Amino acid sequence: MRLSWSDPLVRNLVWQVVIVGTAAAIAWYLISNTMRNLESRHIATGFAFLDRVAGIPIGESLLPYNPAVNTYGRALLIGVLNTLRVAVVGIVLATILGTLVGISRLSRNWLLSHLAASYVELMRDIPVLLQLLFWYLLLQNLPGTRQALHVGNLVFLSNRGIKFVLPAWQPGYIWVLAALLAGLVLTLAWNRVAHRRQDATGVKPPVWPVALALLAGVPLTVWVGFGAPFALDYPALRGFNFQGGGSISPEYGALLGGLVFYTAAYIAEIVRAGIQAVPFGQSEAAQALGLHRGMVLRLVTLPQALRVIVPPLTSEFLNLTKNSSLAVAIGYQDIVSLANTTLNQTGQAIEGIAIIMLVYLTISLSISAFMNWYNAHIALAER
Amino acid sequence: MGWSVNSRTPKPVPAESAPEETNRMSQAAALSPQTEPAPAIVLDKVNKWFGALHVLRDVSLTVAERERVVVCGPSGSGKSTMIRCINRLESHQKGRIVVDGTELTDDLRALDTIRREVGMVFQSFNLFPHLTVLENCTLAPIWVRKTPKAEAQEQAMEYLRRVKIPEQANKYPGQLSGGQQQRVAIARALAMKPKIMLFDEPTSALDPEMIKEVLDVMIELAESGMTMVCVTHEMGFARRVADRVVFMDEGEIVECNTPHEMFENPKTDRLKLFLSQILRGH
Amino acid sequence: MPPVPTSDPTAAAVRSVPRQRPATTPLGPVAWLRANLFNSVWSSAVSILLIYVIVRGAVGFLGWAVVDAVWSVPAGPTGPDTALCRQAGAGACWAVIGEKYRLMLFGRYAYAAQWRPAIVVLLFIGLYGVSAWRRFWRWELALVWLGTMSVCGVLMWGGVLGLVYVPQEEWGGLPITLMLATFGLALAFPLAVVVALGRRSRNMPAVRWLCVLYVELVRGVPFISVLFMASVLFPLFMPAGLNPDKLLRAQVAFILFAGAYLAEVVRGGLQALPRGQYEAADALGLSYWKKTGLIILPQALRLVIPPLVNTFCSFFKDTSLVLIIGIFDLLTSGKVAMADPRWQGFATEIYLVIATIYFVFCFAMSKYSRGLEREFAHAQARAR
Repeated sequence: MRLSWSDPLVRNLVWQVVIVGTAAAIAWYLISNTMRNLESRHIATGFAFLDRVAGIPIGESLLPYNPAVNTYGRALLIGVLNTLRVAVVGIVLATILGTLVGISRLSRNWLLSHLAASYVELMRDIPVLLQLLFWYLLLQNLPGTRQALHVGNLVFLSNRGIKFVLPAWQPGYIWVLAALLAGLVLTLAWNRVAHRRQDATGVKPPVWPVALALLAGVPLTVWVGFGAPFALDYPALRGFNFQGGGSISPEYGALLGGLVFYTAAYIAEIVRAGIQAVPFGQSEAAQALGLHRGMVLRLVTLPQALRVIVPPLTSEFLNLTKNSSLAVAIGYQDIVSLANTTLNQTGQAIEGIAIIMLVYLTISLSISAFMNWYNAHIALAER
Repeated sequence: MGWSVNSRTPKPVPAESAPEETNRMSQAAALSPQTEPAPAIVLDKVNKWFGALHVLRDVSLTVAERERVVVCGPSGSGKSTMIRCINRLESHQKGRIVVDGTELTDDLRALDTIRREVGMVFQSFNLFPHLTVLENCTLAPIWVRKTPKAEAQEQAMEYLRRVKIPEQANKYPGQLSGGQQQRVAIARALAMKPKIMLFDEPTSALDPEMIKEVLDVMIELAESGMTMVCVTHEMGFARRVADRVVFMDEGEIVECNTPHEMFENPKTDRLKLFLSQILRGH
Repeated sequence: MPPVPTSDPTAAAVRSVPRQRPATTPLGPVAWLRANLFNSVWSSAVSILLIYVIVRGAVGFLGWAVVDAVWSVPAGPTGPDTALCRQAGAGACWAVIGEKYRLMLFGRYAYAAQWRPAIVVLLFIGLYGVSAWRRFWRWELALVWLGTMSVCGVLMWGGVLGLVYVPQEEWGGLPITLMLATFGLALAFPLAVVVALGRRSRNMPAVRWLCVLYVELVRGVPFISVLFMASVLFPLFMPAGLNPDKLLRAQVAFILFAGAYLAEVVRGGLQALPRGQYEAADALGLSYWKKTGLIILPQALRLVIPPLVNTFCSFFKDTSLVLIIGIFDLLTSGKVAMADPRWQGFATEIYLVIATIYFVFCFAMSKYSRGLEREFAHAQARAR
């Protein structure tokens, strides 16, 4: 074997060694600087701080939390949950709104389609941070709790947030929920049976009425069986704030509202492009075969449109999750905000940033993995 | 060998008939005073505009059952529009269209009935790429004619055998050549057992070596007695199979005659010009 | 053969039917309304509802923004007297813009020297305009970019040619936004091209993995975290004594971030190029770098100009995030202007003006990139 520069194998090897070597050298240089700086500033390393008492007050959290007792680890966990709270609800609402706007863009009504187009253009040309700050401004400019805007006794809008009436949890409700779950399982089973019946005889037994009966009727009967327990928890003004009922803080409300309206604009474009990507001849051919509008949509248009829609849609979901990190600008304590506070208090910047990046990388890699699986699964077979 | 002859014998006046049948019978009787079978398609002074553009001008045409009509003409002459009006992929603004005894209006139920009996083959195939070839052919029978799945698959396989590609049944359209795809499209339309078949330039998008395989299928179909209206430039096919050739230009029917008369004795200058342009060497 | 039906009136007919106008004229405003707004019951209902909502909203907004607005306030003993704006029934207080526009646009830059950042802004706008013009798409454009960026640097810093030196801490406003975006894009672009090429190299897996790692890592985390990393970790990475200032840290973060996204855009272009181009170049005996420089990149980069412009528009908007690490861009200056206790409560007007500035830039960019896409699609269709 001769080592010669004209041998591509040799050349590739040498290039790789050079490039990776340079990168490694730079990394080594940065790391050694860092170690020296950390030592000279007496900053600890390692994740031991996660067991220390946090002392960070947290405005809203899903888990019980006491700043004097709970650790940094718990505070960060609450941060992750807060991020997920915004991300999950935001994704659902943005998808609904985005789909509606996307379909409106394709409407034959000139006003509706142009209004939808203007909405999309407006949302896409203004920075999301500016939109969030504006929403926060609006929610903060609501009147004080004493002069809160209200709809009867049910909903109160004030600068302390939105308070609304919530049905109080009754002991029998757990059985009602179980009945709902059972109804869901039974509906899926019935769907399977109906499909098989259609394959065998050609006639499909009705699915929707049975589903309705199972999902609504069964829990309803269980509820009535328990004596129909029902009580409402009204928000009531005590002192300077409302007690009772459900509440949405101005921070959460602003973050959710801003992210949903912003992301919905992008989702609308994705949905529109997906529907337009299906060639018009497809629906013509389906109609020529005698299928009527609903069937054409369900059997021919939507399956093809979804293939085009789902990949960029998951990208948008990821973007919404990443944009929720802007919560730090309006005071909602998500993982970025809490990790930032933590790293300011402990001085351990590297670990703090590593935690932030780890959380988001996990989320984004899972979404990427799902997308790759989905793409491979439904890819249209070609030559 | 060849196609099973569809049992579309000329309709005698039935002894017992549902109210729609009698309606259709009287309509058909009113149209053709002879005691011939009711015509499959009647276009009566059909006019259509796209905006201000007058694309179909007083088009009148009658197609009898089991008749094969070829429509030809320069591009922009309205021949595709006319054929698409027959199954209401386009709607006409003036005049009457009666298909299989039912008049074409905005009535959705009448439309469903008509589309079941009229099959269409498109220039760009329009196969459903997310379904296999077999599923493409069984989709409409299952969901429109409510055929049980096993039976629909059997019938679809029979038609796939007749278009000579049964081995592709489980492939996806993207894996087939153009000629194969168009043959699947024909099988898909036939799987609904239509009375009338419409062809909208079925070979125009194919490479030359694949045109023959599709034309062979269409010739066998014609020889088995299917009512066909075909828009095409393939004059050899017209000569072999057509009962009548219709020449359209600028939205109106200019000449209409047997193939022999049409090609040997063109009567108008427009037809002479058209023939000189496309029959180079025929 | 079945008998030829004789009921066909057009057999061998020769006469021509004259062209007619359609029975119901499809032209004219009434017809347009019928077709587009009131073409069905449902559509009419929606139209009526939307017209009502739009008219009410427009009337309300115009009332607040124009009719009842206060355009200027008199000067009082200790400064402008905002009582006029705070009266009941007063609309928008545009006087705050008149007062604060220099703070919003130029930050805390030395008041007397603010003509310099103004020129910088105009130079950047000119640069975008020139780059958009197809006639100038040659490699000399890169020199123009470098030249403009240097001139802007000189103008902002001063200290030479008789200009007063203005330290970086005092820069702010629109020039910062434009600088972050433009320098970020300009410097990230070569990085992105190299990373995209590296990601596509099939013969050097180590290099490919390095590029994949970089791109996926940066794209998987929010920009905020990259900014934090830059502002907090950068000093740690540098040897003791070297303390890069905040703006430079933000700029580096921007370049790293933009590089990853641009690399994906360029990679898309490289993939879209037909394989025949690569094969033809190989067949001619061109080496890798010659092939890439002369054949592949010119075509691939031209293909990706529309998504490139879209990405630039996103970066332009993302510069607003430096608010969070305390750098004075346009948005931060706006927030500072809002914080003046004398002008409390007029944040809406300031937000609206800043939003309009962003909107103007981004709308222009998005319209431009859409026009380009249309042209390219047209040309591709014709070329087939």
